[in-house]
Amino acid sequence: MTKRERLDDSSDWTFAKLEQYQSEIERVAQHYRLDTYTNQIEVITAEQMMDAYAGVGMPIGYNHWTFGKKFIQTEQTYKRGQMGLAYEIVINSDPCIAYLMEENSMAVQALVMAHACYGHNSFFKGNYLFKSWTDASSIIDYLLFAKKYIADCENKQGIDEVEACLDACHALMNHGVDRYKRPQKISMEAEIKRQKERESYLQSQVNMLWRVGADNEKEGTKPKATFPTEPQENILYFIEKNAPLLKPWQRELVRIVRKISQYFYPQKQTQVMNEGWACFWHYTILNHLYDEGLVTDKFMLEFLHSHTNVVAQVDYNSRYYSGINPYALGFNMFIDIRRICENPSEEDKLWFPDIAGSNWLDTVHFAMENFKDESFISQFLSPKLMRDFKLFHLHDDSDKNYIEVGAIHNQGGYQKIRTMLSDQYNLSNLEANIQIINADVSGDRSLTLRYIPHQKVSLADSKDEVLKHLYYLWKFDVKLLQENKHGVDEIIAQCPKPDELAKKKATL
Amino acid sequence: MTNFIDRRLNSKNKSTVNRQRFIRRYKSQIKQAVSEAVNKRGVTDITSGENITITKKDLNEPVFHQGSGGIKDRIHPGNDQFTTGDHIVRPPQQQGQGGQGNASDSGEGDDDFVFTISKDEYLQLLFEDLELPNLEKNQLDKITNYKTVRSGYCAEGAASNIDIVKSLQGSIARRIAMTADKRRKLKILEAELTLLAQDRHENTLAKNKLITAIGSLKDKISKVPFIDSFDLRYRHYAKQAVPTSKAVMFCIMDVSGSMDQATKDIAKRFYILLYLFLTRTYETIDVIYIRHHTQAKEVDEHEFFYSQETGGTIASSALELMIEIMTQRYNEKEWNIYGAQASDGDNWADDSPHCQQLMHDSILPKTRYFSYIEITQRAHQSLWQQYAQIADTDNTFSIEHIKTVADIYPVFRALFKRKKVQAA
Repeated sequence: MTKRERLDDSSDWTFAKLEQYQSEIERVAQHYRLDTYTNQIEVITAEQMMDAYAGVGMPIGYNHWTFGKKFIQTEQTYKRGQMGLAYEIVINSDPCIAYLMEENSMAVQALVMAHACYGHNSFFKGNYLFKSWTDASSIIDYLLFAKKYIADCENKQGIDEVEACLDACHALMNHGVDRYKRPQKISMEAEIKRQKERESYLQSQVNMLWRVGADNEKEGTKPKATFPTEPQENILYFIEKNAPLLKPWQRELVRIVRKISQYFYPQKQTQVMNEGWACFWHYTILNHLYDEGLVTDKFMLEFLHSHTNVVAQVDYNSRYYSGINPYALGFNMFIDIRRICENPSEEDKLWFPDIAGSNWLDTVHFAMENFKDESFISQFLSPKLMRDFKLFHLHDDSDKNYIEVGAIHNQGGYQKIRTMLSDQYNLSNLEANIQIINADVSGDRSLTLRYIPHQKVSLADSKDEVLKHLYYLWKFDVKLLQENKHGVDEIIAQCPKPDELAKKKATL
Repeated sequence: MTNFIDRRLNSKNKSTVNRQRFIRRYKSQIKQAVSEAVNKRGVTDITSGENITITKKDLNEPVFHQGSGGIKDRIHPGNDQFTTGDHIVRPPQQQGQGGQGNASDSGEGDDDFVFTISKDEYLQLLFEDLELPNLEKNQLDKITNYKTVRSGYCAEGAASNIDIVKSLQGSIARRIAMTADKRRKLKILEAELTLLAQDRHENTLAKNKLITAIGSLKDKISKVPFIDSFDLRYRHYAKQAVPTSKAVMFCIMDVSGSMDQATKDIAKRFYILLYLFLTRTYETIDVIYIRHHTQAKEVDEHEFFYSQETGGTIASSALELMIEIMTQRYNEKEWNIYGAQASDGDNWADDSPHCQQLMHDSILPKTRYFSYIEITQRAHQSLWQQYAQIADTDNTFSIEHIKTVADIYPVFRALFKRKKVQAA
């Protein structure tokens, strides 16, 4: 191998230097078989970074006050110095867009390029969730379509109408995801083409459903079939297809919010892995460059300073503690997988017979491609790492007046801690489990939902407000049920409220 | 493959629209905060923006999420003292946090939402829906404002004003006109040539003759220039006079000894509001400052707001000065004249009827609107009573009473509230 020129390590960056570093990083990334989308690296200022923040990771966002609120919040905390801006934002699109901030030094820019443009980028391209649930090549087009469509609606319907509808959709955004059924790919051209047909088609479907209902009523003899026949967890989808009085443009808005929610769903499920993978690779790539003598000690010291800040884990009793740092957990797990492959201990051979001593590069790629946070942790969290992190499990049952330590990092606790930590990242345990169980098509058109508590955790008080939003979309009575201790369904929230209903009836 | 793009010069205000949406949505809360803030400011602090506070509850975007209670299993790092089976007393604050449910994700808890609006936004909200009453815009001033408007095309002008479409239209027309005759001939000759070519005989001589004739015709056609200076058309602009309204506001302030510091402060605050409102909403407005004790004096803005002079009170002196200035400088046919007078109501008792007379006979007929504000905690005195008689009969005159700083802004709004009829 030819001796390469050492890279300039002065702290100011230039585009020439960026390109030099980038091509070296790219070379090393290819050496480690990182398969990526084309990179599009955009250099932006701090103000633009705040704009990007406010867009919650969408490079092109439609206009809505909530993004304004986020922007003001970001601006405010940043100005007061309570918060530094992230070094980078990366977007799951093809080409993969990464934002570098102007203020970063050269070492940080190199870190960010390795982290975002090769770490995150290869994760987006390789992980099974992203592969099967998102379509990187079409998202920018779709967002463009959405922005334009919503702007058009505002012109036609007025800002207030559109805002109210989007508010309602946002309230139900977490319940607009298909968890088991793979959604269709979306692209702008097809979207615009289909959109017109869909408007009329959807409306006709809806009309059909409600007309059938009316017929049944006339005959009055057929046994009542419940609709939907099975409980539906994708509330927004159900609304889009079945809400009786929604206007076509409102259905389209519901659809847009649903699609965006779906697009972000894999990111929610792979936070630890995604960040861990990116950290693992910026660390590995830049160390590789250092071993080749391409970067200097000075560069490495600055890089390590930033790196250790990012992957630091504070202890539970620190005043800065706010849960487990996904960067720290993810990074250390990938480092640990490499260690298990390269230098397995007896313990590792017992716990990980499949991977101990195997090719580490094959193994980390396999792990990246085929898991999400919960399965990744339950598969790869090693006893050594639990000891390093000194993990312990707290069991908090509100019926008892104490909290119990369920397990600690010892022989008896490894299995339990691993399972519990895995559960902690299981989205279906974290998000409220709410399903539509009945729409009374032949009766008063009311909609009934059921909340199924996880481990007896009740639904937060915001449920009444959310139900108002749901009522806005459905436009007939909405009820939320929960089974009580005696196995009987109880209404825990409804809109309009019973006293309002009584008033309404009185006036009728 | 990697592309670098320098976006630093792109617009950085992508969020402006969203920010405006936010302000639009919370306008009522923000307005409330603005009208509260206006009284808390220093007298002369007019250049800064304002901090707006909205309670977080109002900003909530509700979603379904898990609440308190039930069984919660959590893994934490950094075990330093626990072993399996230990019982820990539940920390008291944890329940409170659990009840809110969102304490952890923002790390801010239930603070109010505080943000800054710029000076412009602040003033915009402060003076929304206010206007000078009875303003007429029918005066064409001597030094009229002009605006430049398009008025057709002309054959001469600056190169930057060339209208390409119009010029090329001219060029096409000219070329068609100048070559029409030759084209017609060319067509005939070409038809002859094809006939000859089909002929059984060679006809070389005739052919050659035709070919040269065709050649020379084509030559001539191609010599017609593609564009000629003759074709050029320029966009023409003309100046058009626009009707402007000229307005003058007389600000009359009592600085007599009876006006204590607090009262003066209130008066100044009122005039600062008025001044801001006028300079912001009406760009070309004259403001005349008159302050008086026993004598009236026209002063400049700085002296009006900052000077410390005091003395007895004769309010009519100020009105007389105003009348004098009006007759000298502000012809009521050309100017919309407004007046505002602030006083604590103390006046030389004999002077008050005189004031009423001046107001009624000389000032009100010439002014569009005159407002009198009385700043006092005590009972009304002669001046108020005299003025009240006019106010009952004349709707271009209004009187308002200010007791404390908190009244200033509401009174100000009441005085300059946009009338529905006019808005329509």
